[in-house]
Amino acid sequence: MSDLPAYHPPNYNLKVVRQFTIMTVVWGIVGMLVGVLIAAQLAWPAMNFNSEYLHFGRLRPLHTNAVIFAFGGCALMGTSLYIVQLTCQAKLFSARLASFVFWGWQLVIVSAAITLPLGLTTSKEYAELEWPIDILITLVWVAYAIVFFGTIAQRKTRHIYVANWFFAAFIIAVAILHVVNSLAIPVTFTKSYSVYAGTIDAMVQWWYGHNAVGFFLTAGFLGMMYYFVPKQANRPIYSYRLSVVHFWALISIYVWAGPHHLHYTTLPDWVQSLGMAMSLILLAPSWGGMINGIMTLSGAWDKLRTDPILKFLVVSLSFYGMSTFEGPMMAIKSVNSLSHYTDWTIGHVHSGALGWVAMISIGAMYHLIPILWGRKQGQMYSEKLIEMHFWMATIGTVLYIASMWVNGLMQGLMWRAVNSDGTLTYSFVESVEASLPGYIVRFIGGGIFLSGMFVMAYNVWKTTRMPQQLVAEKAS
Amino acid sequence: MSSFFSALIIVGVLGSLLAFFLILQMNNRTNNKPGQTTGHNYDGIEEYDNPLPAWWYWGFIATIIFGLGYLAYYPGLGNFSGLSNWTQINQLEVEQAVADERYGPIFAQYRDIPIDTLTSNPAAMKMGHRLFINNCAVCHGAAATGSLGFPNLTDEEWLWGGDGTTIETTLRHGRNAMMPAWSSVLSNQDIKEVTEYVLSLSGREVGAALASSGQAHFMTYCTMCHGPEGKGQAMFGAPNLTNDIWLYGNSRARIEQVIKHGGNGAMPSFESRLGSDKVHILAAYVKSLGES
Repeated sequence: MSDLPAYHPPNYNLKVVRQFTIMTVVWGIVGMLVGVLIAAQLAWPAMNFNSEYLHFGRLRPLHTNAVIFAFGGCALMGTSLYIVQLTCQAKLFSARLASFVFWGWQLVIVSAAITLPLGLTTSKEYAELEWPIDILITLVWVAYAIVFFGTIAQRKTRHIYVANWFFAAFIIAVAILHVVNSLAIPVTFTKSYSVYAGTIDAMVQWWYGHNAVGFFLTAGFLGMMYYFVPKQANRPIYSYRLSVVHFWALISIYVWAGPHHLHYTTLPDWVQSLGMAMSLILLAPSWGGMINGIMTLSGAWDKLRTDPILKFLVVSLSFYGMSTFEGPMMAIKSVNSLSHYTDWTIGHVHSGALGWVAMISIGAMYHLIPILWGRKQGQMYSEKLIEMHFWMATIGTVLYIASMWVNGLMQGLMWRAVNSDGTLTYSFVESVEASLPGYIVRFIGGGIFLSGMFVMAYNVWKTTRMPQQLVAEKAS
Repeated sequence: MSSFFSALIIVGVLGSLLAFFLILQMNNRTNNKPGQTTGHNYDGIEEYDNPLPAWWYWGFIATIIFGLGYLAYYPGLGNFSGLSNWTQINQLEVEQAVADERYGPIFAQYRDIPIDTLTSNPAAMKMGHRLFINNCAVCHGAAATGSLGFPNLTDEEWLWGGDGTTIETTLRHGRNAMMPAWSSVLSNQDIKEVTEYVLSLSGREVGAALASSGQAHFMTYCTMCHGPEGKGQAMFGAPNLTNDIWLYGNSRARIEQVIKHGGNGAMPSFESRLGSDKVHILAAYVKSLGES
């Protein structure tokens, strides 16, 4: 702790933050590597090497779990446990519990990485892990909540900073979602059956699934944004008032939006329509966060030219705004009847996952890592490599989502095209064949994004190994 | 849905929308001067108290108004079915009726043409091909040559009979073929012997002794469906065993496996999905496949 910068009161618990930060980079690489492999399998099916352990059906949930809960989860836990200490001016509530949160979460991730390729799955999307792991997740999550809220309770500041509201909503909502959706009756140690059946199971699943997006991937990362954007830009938050309004609107409307995943199914008509109406109303609350982030930069736009970390943060907000506009549009029934079941959905998810979630996390990590390893803000080993990573991430994301838009629209149009006699013009396999170029471009885009993560890993490695003196020389 | 839950949903939805509206109203004014912060300071972060951007405020209001209108017109508020009385089943039925009206006559014009004549009508065969690609190719393959367990439709062998009317019946009502599993009746040795005999029917090289003991089992158990000469019977969809066409594979191991564990061939019924006019054209197309 002795090598902390002077402006840090020495009693903050940064050990757990450092651990989560490193694992964010590690799991980011692992999760995206699996993603690139399964992207390759869609273009060249032989890439599963005829092994059930490398089969798309088993690796796809491993990819989603690894990037959302391992990469995203470590980023959120690390930054939230950092932000809550600094904005509350209080040390973490319990170092032991915090350590349990870290090691418990890593155990969850490793268990996922073992069980999913073995084919052990509940088959619920984004909740594939079997019941013993679900119980472990619950224990870790409760410990995380105790550490977080315990720290809030010990705060020296009068008010609670907006970033912590978002983290609080994220922690509470994810706990409820996880427990309710994962309720199951165990049959053996590795097999359980959901307590819900049929359409109700589907609705609970998508209530969970959509709010995993809403509270894990949106509210949580908005918490991250509300700290790192003003910090990196060194500007006050644009509007406190806006943050109050969009916070309450966002968390209360998101819980209604799940049914838009089940348009034109056995879900009752009224649930579908209600889900669609609420999804549209969700647009403004979602954009509130983007406006507050981007407007915080007003007066500091010139920094964008020179500060690659700020570029990451601002571009992430742009992708956030784009995908939160796209989402409500895709929730409209008539649009959904074209877009659903096509690659458009995959493109939409990745404009959020790569453009927003990954980019804001990467920006936050570049801000945080020098500080955590006892240097001043902005003293990563190489700023040039950050700049390079920024362009790789941006180009990778754009290639990914553009190819999936093209594929998605093409598939949707091909599936509904009819001849003059009303028969379908194309067979399904023809639409698969036509998707091949898009799959290759997507693989390339994902590969570029992944390569950027290796550049980051190198930069982070060098930063943590930099001798103190060299830091001083670089700073001068 | 009980009226209690219906009321709960209505109150919940309208109450939420009203709450958003009120929160917006309460926060749409600010007494702060531009550039003045709230006075909070968190780890060096300060906050301005700028008013809500007008375009954002009005955008939010507009979506709430749209939502209210949508929920008035479409179902959404509990048991209230909406002013439009829309349901997705109605939408489907209307769209299907429109399609039937527009496209129905195109298919109906071939209704009375016998299948054997229809096979030489290029326009009908083109339609038949389109129907085949989207309804049949998933099992029988885009080239109609079949695959393991799914018959090849381009040869002259027909499990259930190859005349036009029979093909049409097959398509219309579907078929269920059932080869029983003999493992509970025949010993492994018996099954080996039957396999040997079955192979001999199509002129394959076999062990004569095994095959001749297999013949006894065959006569007892297999002739009922496959006939005394093993030539099959279309009445049961029982395949002819004397040619070199094998639905479940031609290796000794595969044949043994099928005798031991049986096999089920399920051809779905297409009448309710396509209607009889399309099935008629499709039957002619399938017939033409075997003729070319």
